[in-house]
Amino acid sequence: MQNRLTTISVHTVLLVYTAIALLPMLLIVSNAFKSRRAIFADPLALPGPDTFSLKGFSKVLAVSDFGLYFVNSLTVTLVTLALVLLFAAMAAWALSEYRFRGRLVLGVLFAVGIMVPIRLGTVSILELMVALDLTNTLTALILVYTAQGLPLAIFILAEFIAQIPKDLKDAARCDGVGEVHIFFSIVVPLIRPAIATVAIFVMVPIWNDLWFPLILSPGEGTQTITLGVQQFVGQYVTDWNAVLAALTLAIVPVLALYLVLSRQLVRGLTAGAVK
Amino acid sequence: MPGWALLGLFIGPAFAIYAVFSVYPLLSTIVLSAYDTDASGQHAFIGLQNFVTLLTDESWSGPFWNALANNAVFFAIHMAVQNPIGILLAGLLSLPSLTGRHAYRTLIFLPTMLSVVIVGFIWQLILSPLWGVSEGLLGAIGLGDWFAPWLGQEETALLTISLISVWQFIGIPMILIYAALLNIPEDLSDAAQVDGIGHLRIFWHVKLPLVMPTVALVSILTYVGNFNAFDIIYAVKGAIAGPNFSTDIMGTFFYRTFFGFQLQQGSPTMGAAVATVMFGVILVGVMIYLFALQRRVQRHAF
Repeated sequence: MQNRLTTISVHTVLLVYTAIALLPMLLIVSNAFKSRRAIFADPLALPGPDTFSLKGFSKVLAVSDFGLYFVNSLTVTLVTLALVLLFAAMAAWALSEYRFRGRLVLGVLFAVGIMVPIRLGTVSILELMVALDLTNTLTALILVYTAQGLPLAIFILAEFIAQIPKDLKDAARCDGVGEVHIFFSIVVPLIRPAIATVAIFVMVPIWNDLWFPLILSPGEGTQTITLGVQQFVGQYVTDWNAVLAALTLAIVPVLALYLVLSRQLVRGLTAGAVK
Repeated sequence: MPGWALLGLFIGPAFAIYAVFSVYPLLSTIVLSAYDTDASGQHAFIGLQNFVTLLTDESWSGPFWNALANNAVFFAIHMAVQNPIGILLAGLLSLPSLTGRHAYRTLIFLPTMLSVVIVGFIWQLILSPLWGVSEGLLGAIGLGDWFAPWLGQEETALLTISLISVWQFIGIPMILIYAALLNIPEDLSDAAQVDGIGHLRIFWHVKLPLVMPTVALVSILTYVGNFNAFDIIYAVKGAIAGPNFSTDIMGTFFYRTFFGFQLQQGSPTMGAAVATVMFGVILVGVMIYLFALQRRVQRHAF
């Protein structure tokens, strides 16, 4: 009896918190598909045949370049991801496999970057980008985000690489296989699960960032989705249909991707905490 | 020892990008904080003068201390609300024979994945007196009179924004503490159970002390994130961090100092000074954490 009571109260607490986490998002998304009158008359109702409207979406797509923002965000995120994964895996391999002078200093230098936010260097980053003539380009964002993502990626990948059995590498070396070849054909396939975890850690903050797009590439044509939405909402703040639709367009792709990858993500987070 | 060419090939690209776009800007910002910008944009060395101005000049010290104090409140609210709820949720999720564990975990973590900007707007709409959703909901449970435009009032705006941020990031303490709880050997709680000790007491006396290192990790991650935050305030309140700067934190203060606002002109050197102070604040927190948990951290060294 007492056990059942405990089970019920545990589920009650978890359900209540799940509702607190989800309802705000559902409220926005469901009202985005309603007419202006229905948004205000009954915000909690789901869109029905009488109240369904796509006016907000057509407004957003007509007056702003959402498709372009989306492509910009996708470009920045994916190119950065590719650079971070390749360069971090190579560096993590060298730092954990070879003994050389300066190895510890390099390790500490990268470790510092895990804790110190790159934003604090913004004044100089902007000066640097102006000097390199890279303001209002996606390249500027890619370079900064790559520098931001490398430390944690190197750290996680080095832990995985350290677990690769010595015999595997030594066997290859006895056969005269070169170090570069060992890295790409033996090490990389073995750390694939870790690479997937790192990919999520790297992608999410880049996709969601407002600060660097706002400062380095706020121009028309290079806005990312987060900046685009921020500016759109600021401009059309009184047009509730449009604002709700813009937010929905920003929420839904992330949610869809998250639900697909959630198993991987939670596994990554829990694995990271285990160590 | 491998050849330097090989090492350069492997470490070179990562080192070059990290050095040029992260290490150099950070060091260069600290150096820049010792300079002044004149009308033509030229820099002149002035030593610690910017910091003296920041701390003693009335037009600077007021806003500075206001932002730092608000930021401390912002962090304190995170710690006071996020950690207990995170521990509670993690404790419930780690109960043996709980059904639906995966679904709860996935759904509660969901807001953490969204952009801070989007989260800010979501709550701005929900709390808007124009829309009336919050007022209606409170009214339904008989608390209609309790509603106020919390984001618009000087006394409540910072608390409200802090709670919005807690709402978004609760998933991180939950998941990390949950993982740490799963990692505790079962023998420990089994032994306690054999002794006839209930779940709650086992959790409180056996498990919780064992996950304190994770709570400390969550705390330092929160600390760094909070003292470097900007997006949430900018999205909800703009760079002016109103009403009357009651939601101004270091990130927004830094932004205004660097880029200027209204009548005040932006200054890269003064901005660098503010960034350097932020760097110091974050460093102090990280040092306390590393010092307190040095042994744990040593295992992570390369």
